[in-house]
Order: sequence, then structure tokens, then C-alpha cells
Amino acid sequence: MEPTTAPTKPQFSPAAQAEIKRLLTHYPEDRSKSALLPILHIAQAEFGGWVSPEVQDLVAETLGIKPIEVYEVSSFYTQYNLKPVGKHVLEICRTGPCMLRGSDELTAHLERITGAKVGGTSPDGTFTLKEVECLAACGFAPIVQVREKYYEQLDTPEAVDAMLSELKSLVHRPILPWEETGLPNSLKNY
Amino acid sequence: MGRKLLTEHINVEGIDTFEVYRKHGGYRSVEKALKTMTPEEVVEEVKKSGLRGRGGAGFPTGMKWSFLAKPEGVPRYLVCNADESEPGTFKDRQLMAKLPHLLIEGMITGSYALGARTSYIYIRGELLYVLRILEKAIAEAYAAGFLGENILGSGYSLDLHVHPGAGAYICGEETALLESLEGKRGNPRNKPPFPAVQGLYARPTVVNNVETIAAVPVIVNEGGDEYAKIGVGKSTGTKLISACGHLNKPGIYEIELGVPVEEFIYSDEYCGGIWKGRDLKAVVAGGSSVPILPKELILKTAAGENRLMTYESLSDGGFVTGTMLGSGGFIAMDETTCIVKNTWNFSRFYHHESCGQCSPCREGTGWLEKVLHRLEHGHGSMHDIDLIVSVAKQIEGNTICPLGEAAAWPVAAAVRHFRHEFEWHVTNPKEATMPGAAYRGAAVLA
Repeated sequence: MEPTTAPTKPQFSPAAQAEIKRLLTHYPEDRSKSALLPILHIAQAEFGGWVSPEVQDLVAETLGIKPIEVYEVSSFYTQYNLKPVGKHVLEICRTGPCMLRGSDELTAHLERITGAKVGGTSPDGTFTLKEVECLAACGFAPIVQVREKYYEQLDTPEAVDAMLSELKSLVHRPILPWEETGLPNSLKNY
Repeated sequence: MGRKLLTEHINVEGIDTFEVYRKHGGYRSVEKALKTMTPEEVVEEVKKSGLRGRGGAGFPTGMKWSFLAKPEGVPRYLVCNADESEPGTFKDRQLMAKLPHLLIEGMITGSYALGARTSYIYIRGELLYVLRILEKAIAEAYAAGFLGENILGSGYSLDLHVHPGAGAYICGEETALLESLEGKRGNPRNKPPFPAVQGLYARPTVVNNVETIAAVPVIVNEGGDEYAKIGVGKSTGTKLISACGHLNKPGIYEIELGVPVEEFIYSDEYCGGIWKGRDLKAVVAGGSSVPILPKELILKTAAGENRLMTYESLSDGGFVTGTMLGSGGFIAMDETTCIVKNTWNFSRFYHHESCGQCSPCREGTGWLEKVLHRLEHGHGSMHDIDLIVSVAKQIEGNTICPLGEAAAWPVAAAVRHFRHEFEWHVTNPKEATMPGAAYRGAAVLA
């Protein structure tokens, strides 16, 4: 759909609405606020990889809670992006075990070749670099997560190049969180 | 070769599907429990097994289950803590992705024992692809009649759901996890009341780690007494150890509790020694929050005996070790590792992950990070070394949840065992790593 010039109130797609309806059945009727975190995940995937104040208002309206109840949650959890991001958000694990296997060098390398600084987006809007704390795959360090996919053992330029060319070849960002993105190698080959 | 109780079939093709899992003996514990045992009998078997919480604290699971308040007519919950976020720990991810039905089987049997009619698996938001594996497996279990109304005609009904977090280490703390599951910020609650009395939605709740719940089917099938025969003393059964850092073969290993640490690090069956032919310098044995130990102390006890991979052997010796088996996150560091940088990295983690509710933790973790950054970057003073020890002491024991201790212990232990390395950073401000900086800790053993 072509973007319109006048700002319009965001709306969930029918697929997202169906998923939200399913999620709400998981909790007692008077406890629907429990669905807030999963719905924010859906909202972030649907509306360009971040949750704007308008999108958060939509989430509040969907759950019948006050907007402040959404804001205080979205600002607490690091996975919700509160400002616009690039097409691919590269979450680089910088915690101890990854550091021991070269995450500092990986971060510097990614800054050089993507043109993005940590916390920022590359000039062409393709990559946002974000440092995160522990992705729980320490035995396969260093690691980058892009949406639902883990790229592991990124300790050679070749491995990093392979990741970036795979990302660049994607026509669009995976849109919805329930789209399959495949398992990391460490989970395929235990 | 030790027995594999949880991961025996992990490499079987298609074991993540109901059909293959069932062919390999899956869901027997559900049949046995629902058809031949009362809930109390299941709890009794878990008590007999000596199973201790595999998430880190090591509290006896059967005892935790028996604390659950059981007022009539009030719902109660079993919640699986799958928010694995402790640096160094990555065992549950593997277990859930490869053996989703093992966790689901444990959840059904455990829920039956506790009288829960709705149960949740709270999984960290980073693992949405694992969440989808679990959801698919849960749908298969519903279709096969192992979940939903009147399971196997027993009259027992259970609904099981997976719930994602969104990137907050603190949600691994059980009361913060419950807050998060209720759609709120993950701020830990004051205890008491404990979750066993007022947990999810203020109802009686048990929160158990993934690996703990995955052990329940084995215990019900084999019997608690049989399970208790494995291991050493009060450390019974098997444990998943996630090994990482400077090892030749990092990965997940299921060990019978009691394997010597030296064997775990150097034998080909496990980690295969230190990478690049280097020497071992130090180990964090149970996830980043447990105190670091230099090579000499992790391999041998103060009495000169082999240290074992058990809850007791790792923590034995009071101030000498003070470490723990914890969550089984085993981080090995080679001789080139800068302990100051490593300690600063861990402090940065805890500062970032502090929920900010308690002042000692919110402010103290920031101080630790700041002063350690100063020391690591050559701008510190000798006074700074005592300052971080003092700040760590002021955090410890003064917070609602154990994140305060988790932030303080690594700092205190690093200074205790590697003080000379901190001092070297002060006197050699332009050097990054102390050359050949080995443990020189005879004084602390005295």
C-alpha cells in the first residue's frame, strides 16, 4: 500500500488481529493485560520495527488499558525500539562470554563495514547496530541476532560477510513474528 | 561415559515431533501419574529424588512443591521459568528447541502434581523461534489428548501456554517474572508473601526452571529412589552444563553430578582443554553471578582434593571459594584474559539489567561499572580498588532480590583472588593486560 500523506491512525492487519485474539484466550478474562508483551512484539513487527507513541496507544486501546501502562512497559524492556530503526537491526551480544571470543572486535568490524555506529543506523537505512546483554548462546560466540534469527560464531570476516549478504538479499524485513526464519546451526547440529 | 537422563534421545531425527518422541518412550510419565498415582504421590517421588532447582539457587524441588498453598476452589499455577539470561548459561535454549515435548511432558506431570489447571512457560523474548517450536509441540500434544479437557480420560484437565518476555535479565527472578507475565515492568516483589502463597494473579504458584521440569518425567518413570542413586551426596541426578569461553569444545554437556572439574575441562569427552594450547587462568563455574575462581582453586579444594562438579564441592570452603554450581554456566578463561576487563564487563551487565527499584542496586551497580571502567582504562587509583570492594559490600544483602548479590559477588571475588592485577592496572595505566597475570593467592588461603 502506498503511504498516505495525511497521518492516519495505525491499525493492525487482519492476521495480527487474529493472532491477538488467539493470545487473549491464554489468560483469564479479567487479566487480559497479561497479553501486553506479546502484543507489543506483534506491533513492533507490523509497524516498521519500532513502537511509536501512536502504535503504543493502539496497543492500549486494544487491551482496554491506559496508554501510560503501555509506555511504562515498552520503556522497561530492551527489545522494544522506541525510535525508528533501519531495515535490519543487528543486535550484537557484548556480554562476558561473547567478549572473551571477540565481540569487541566484531562490533568494530560491523561499524566499519556497515557505516553505522552502535546505537545508530547506516546512512542508507539498511542496518541499525544495537549492543545487547547476553543472547544465551554463549558457547557459539560471538553472536548477532537479527529479528528471530541467530548468527553464531562470527569470529571471521567470511562469517560476517555471509551474514550481511544474506540480509541484503532479503527483499523485505520479515514482517510478522510468526513467520518461520529457521534455526541457528548450533540448534540443528547439537 | 555418564548416564544421559534428559538428552539421551536429543540427536534422534524428528525427536521434536510428538510421533517420534512418543516412539522413544515419551509421555509415559503422564500416563503413569494420571492413571496410577495421586498428585501427592508424584510430589513424594520428586522429594525422594533429591532434585534441586536447576535454575541456579539449587533449592530442593519437592520441598518447594510441598509449600504450595492449596485452598479449595482457588486456581493455582505452575510457571516454567524459561527466561535463561545469565551470561554463560545456554542449556535451556538447547533443551527446549531440541526436546520441546520433554518440557511439555514435565509441565503436564508437574501441573497434575500441583493441581494446576492452567500453566505457563515464560520464555525470554530473544527466543521467539524457540517459542514457535514449543507452540507447535503444544498443539501436537493437544491433538493427541495429552493437553486440554479430561486428559487420557483421567478427569484431569490442563491448558498450557507459552508467554514471551522482551529482553530483561531481571525477569529470571521468579517474582519479577510473575510481574512480567501479568503485563507489567519486571520489578521483583517483596517476599513474603512467597509465590507459593501469592504468585501469579495473587494465586498460589510454583515457578521452576526448564531443566528442573524436564527432570520430572525421568523421576516419575524411574522412581525418586533410583534418581537419587545418581550423583554424590545431596547433589543427585544429572545436570546440564553449558560450557563456554576459551575452551576447545564449548557446548552443552549432561553430566552425572560428581565429575571432577579437571576431567570436565580437559577430557575429550567434555570440553577438550583450553583453546590454542594455552593455560587455564580462571573459571566462573555457575553463571556470571557466581564468584570467579583461579585455576588452582577451581581444580582442587583447599584440602588439596579434586574439586567435583557438585553443589557442595563447588561451594565448600566458605571464603576460600564461595562459588556455586548455580545454573551450570561454566565460563573458562585462558591465561591472556584481563580479569579487570572481565569484571568491568560483568558489572556493566548488572548495571544495565538492574531494574532500578532498590537504591543500593540501582546506584551501586552504576558505581561499580564506572570505577571499574576507570581502572580498566588506566585512570584508576589504589583507593578505587578498596572503593569497589566497599560498594559491593553495601549492595550485598540490601536489595529486594538477589540481583544485588549477583552484581557484588563477581567484583569482590575478582579483587580477592586477583588484586595484584587491579594494582598492576593502576601502576601501568597504558597497558591493557598484565602479562602472564596468573593467580598469586597463597595469602587468601591462609
